[in-house]
Amino acid sequence: MSYAFHADLGGQPGHGPVTPEAEGEFWHEAFEPKALALTLAMGATGAWNIDQSRSARETMPDYARLSYYRIWLAGIERLMAERGLVGADEVAAGRLLHPPKPLPRKLLADAVPAVLAKGSPTDRPAPGPARFAVGDAVRTRAGHVDHHSRLPGYAQGRRGTIARLHGAHVFPDTNAQGRGEQPQWLYTVVFDGATLWGPEAQPGLQVSVDAWESYLQPDDGDPA
Amino acid sequence: MSHDHDHDHADGMSHLDAMDLRVRALETVLTQKGYIDPAALDVLVDTYQTKIGPRNGARVVAKAWADPAFAAWLEADATAAIASLGYTGRQGEHMVAVFNTPDTHHLVVCTLCSCYPWTVLGLPPTWYKSAPYRSRAVKDPRGVLADFGVQLPEATQCRIWDSTAEVRYLVIPQRPAGTDGLTEDQLADLVTRDSMIGTGLARSPQA
Repeated sequence: MSYAFHADLGGQPGHGPVTPEAEGEFWHEAFEPKALALTLAMGATGAWNIDQSRSARETMPDYARLSYYRIWLAGIERLMAERGLVGADEVAAGRLLHPPKPLPRKLLADAVPAVLAKGSPTDRPAPGPARFAVGDAVRTRAGHVDHHSRLPGYAQGRRGTIARLHGAHVFPDTNAQGRGEQPQWLYTVVFDGATLWGPEAQPGLQVSVDAWESYLQPDDGDPA
Repeated sequence: MSHDHDHDHADGMSHLDAMDLRVRALETVLTQKGYIDPAALDVLVDTYQTKIGPRNGARVVAKAWADPAFAAWLEADATAAIASLGYTGRQGEHMVAVFNTPDTHHLVVCTLCSCYPWTVLGLPPTWYKSAPYRSRAVKDPRGVLADFGVQLPEATQCRIWDSTAEVRYLVIPQRPAGTDGLTEDQLADLVTRDSMIGTGLARSPQA
């Protein structure tokens, strides 16, 4: 069973125009503020990490049909169900039916400003020297992998140039699978538009992604 | 189901749709289980409605326009420079500021989900999380800009930043002409949210 990734939209045709929105227009349905708050409050419990939550969302079979806050809500329901924290029967009943499980933390109202101001930095001590330097030519990993990963399809198997080093960061591929943070060097890799989209690319276009070291190989200079 | 949610729910539960009932059920269960503090939910919503939003970013931009030393710091270490104004934390832990010039226009997207610099811009607008924006920003940025009524000079290069990691990008728009005598507060009023994502330009003081 291969990992079903429904959120990798870069370059996908057929989605039509973008609809701008006024600043300060926060909500479009009544449930949305609470969906946001529940997602943040449950995220703060430490019951899962951010990569596990992204994985839960992006593999949702009806991802393309759902509004974003519906995806978030379905995401926490799934994460809680998988961990035996809340059952579908309890959501349906609207009350506790099974005893709670202990969680690492609980976000109290008084602590919200401090917790938000602290955030969750993902930089970590580097496991070793960086393999690449600014200006190095690299080639990205080709093809999909069978788990959560952060290299978009349009940028797979492409030649690019290292534009920035960000230090070592938590590696989402392992973190999403519960296999630990396994920090790696993180780079901004920039691609010419024509490398990604061929001769029809908009003139002068450059696109970058942030890529972990294991997504990259030195460019062998092999054309194609 | 498309009823208006802005009106007064005079007759109570009959106006609640399935999604409202679902979040209320969840809140009840999570509270009963002791996983959440229901009072924290109100604080979270209030924080992003009234405290953490694009006016934060506008103050960063205005200071960068007004103070070359701050602009240099922002370019070298955006996380620290932005933190010096009090904006730190969730979804802004690792900041990079990119500066628009006559030659280069920066545009930020997250094609894989909805990564966005919350500390300086607040909650992302719906379009930022939508398939049209996420699919087209990396391939057809000029078309996306046209959807926002923005047309760049032919010679200006589009530079797209796809936020695929925990680094968050803030676009510093070009300072509009005719703003020499303005205070930082007056400058901040010209900085729109969209101009800090790259889908807009800063407002002209005459506009």
